[in-house]
Amino acid sequence: MLAMNYRGPKRVRIDEKPMPEIRHPEDAIVRVTRSCICGSDLHLYNGNVPDTRVGTTFGHEFIGEIVEVGSEVTKVKIGDMVLVPFNISCGKCHFCRQGLFGNCHESNPEATAVGAIYGYSHTAGGYNGGQAEYVRVPYANVGPTVIPEGMDPDDAVLLTDVVPTGYQAAEMGGIQKGDTVVVFGAGPIGIMAAKCSWLFGAGRVIIIDQYDYRLEFAKNYSQCEAYNFKTDMDDPVLFIKKITDWMGADVVIDAVGAEAAGDAMQTITGRKLLLQAGSATALHWAINSVKKGGIVSIVGVYGPTDNLVPIGNVLNKGLTIRANQASVKRLLPRLIEHVLNGVIEPKKLITHRIPLEEIADGYRIFSAKLDNCIKPVLIPPSAR
Amino acid sequence: MENTPEKFAHIKGWGIDADPKNDPTYPMKNRLNLEQTGYSWDRPTLQAETVEVLHSNERPNLTAVFGTALPPSGLSGMIRRWAFNYSENEYRHWLPLIIADRVNVVEGVLDDFMHGKIPNIFSEKGYPAEWKHSRGTLIAKMAGVAIVSTAAILLLSGKGKKKKRKTWLKPIE
Repeated sequence: MLAMNYRGPKRVRIDEKPMPEIRHPEDAIVRVTRSCICGSDLHLYNGNVPDTRVGTTFGHEFIGEIVEVGSEVTKVKIGDMVLVPFNISCGKCHFCRQGLFGNCHESNPEATAVGAIYGYSHTAGGYNGGQAEYVRVPYANVGPTVIPEGMDPDDAVLLTDVVPTGYQAAEMGGIQKGDTVVVFGAGPIGIMAAKCSWLFGAGRVIIIDQYDYRLEFAKNYSQCEAYNFKTDMDDPVLFIKKITDWMGADVVIDAVGAEAAGDAMQTITGRKLLLQAGSATALHWAINSVKKGGIVSIVGVYGPTDNLVPIGNVLNKGLTIRANQASVKRLLPRLIEHVLNGVIEPKKLITHRIPLEEIADGYRIFSAKLDNCIKPVLIPPSAR
Repeated sequence: MENTPEKFAHIKGWGIDADPKNDPTYPMKNRLNLEQTGYSWDRPTLQAETVEVLHSNERPNLTAVFGTALPPSGLSGMIRRWAFNYSENEYRHWLPLIIADRVNVVEGVLDDFMHGKIPNIFSEKGYPAEWKHSRGTLIAKMAGVAIVSTAAILLLSGKGKKKKRKTWLKPIE
């Protein structure tokens, strides 16, 4: 089968790889019909995630058809079209039972600080991902969800990560009616977080990024204010203070993570020299621009070591920091409802449809923000 | 066992100010209101370990399922095995893993050659897309690489060294 093949930082290609096999009675094999490149795949692509082995197939956002099931699989059957949450969860452990499906304790032996994620290095369990024609899906009784009749596959594929992560970013913000919410990062997750902030009753939503085309998109799609931190302001924190009556935002969402730009020291130490677990510029700004007693919600992904952030200000301002990988399984029923009712229209985020065979170009287009790219979707040959 | 007032009847005032809504994890976490019982759940069927799988020393065992892609091998594998002697709390765990990743890149190139494949770096880096959508940037990038490479080659070959200054006096023969 064709599958993406990581060869080193900023080097990927498509190769023939062996078909995945059932390894566990609760496994299923899925024929992929859509997969996406996620902003967090860029951390892998750039070589910033420890234990990313050469030969890995990335891809944690995918949908497809069940073509084979293990002996203990009862909830889905061959022929079902399913969307597969990006986190692999057993549904039985202490954490899954609490609804923390992104923190499962029975799927990632290699690290306890992160749950298992498809195609996201051995630090996240050592599973191959869905940027391929076929993929092994463990715990098929728990994760895969049959795509409802009438749902567009382009909407379905974005329900595997983008929509739940954006929604949870807003949910973790504990937004109260009338709150001012600032979102750092106008990538797909940031745009979705801004959109979902309204669902929780935000009174004002502001998004900040460095790319005008993304800000323009966010302004229209998320119906929010949009500002460019390179051209509209000198200091993002000061700017936010000024436009919030010198108080700061009630809630600030970090939807950027380790690849943040905007601060030379963070960029050099975090992205170039890897002396920190990525550049924490957005988180730094979030802590400093939220009001006293406010909430910082983090969905931007950072590495497992350390980052330079003003933790003293977290204490002195009495902030609450909330963060997690999205618990996709927990959120899906509500979000499927929102998509079917037209409250959220995920597929509008898709700007590029790229044949799986051209994956190297896809990564370059997405990572270098070429051709006004917001969200690229990969289509395997069998699904075209 | 549930955390009921009866259970804590011996503690005066137990739970009188408890407010389930005052929970910063709500609604992310479904509080089970059970005693913490550790590894007590009914574990899923255990996957057979058919390849070498490294596991964090912050847990006693493998998880019930795990990925089997790319078991550790070669020099990078040796570094990874060493790294897993240390907990996720230690740089001795993470930094060797990053080094192993870089070693693994060289192993990958050698492996390609051994299989008669010459990696097409230009294509793997997606430069055809950059050529199409941002030609100027790519040309500037390539020019930069060419300048740095040429300088490095000249420096290493000794051509960049300063020539010996000529002297007016002839050396004594």
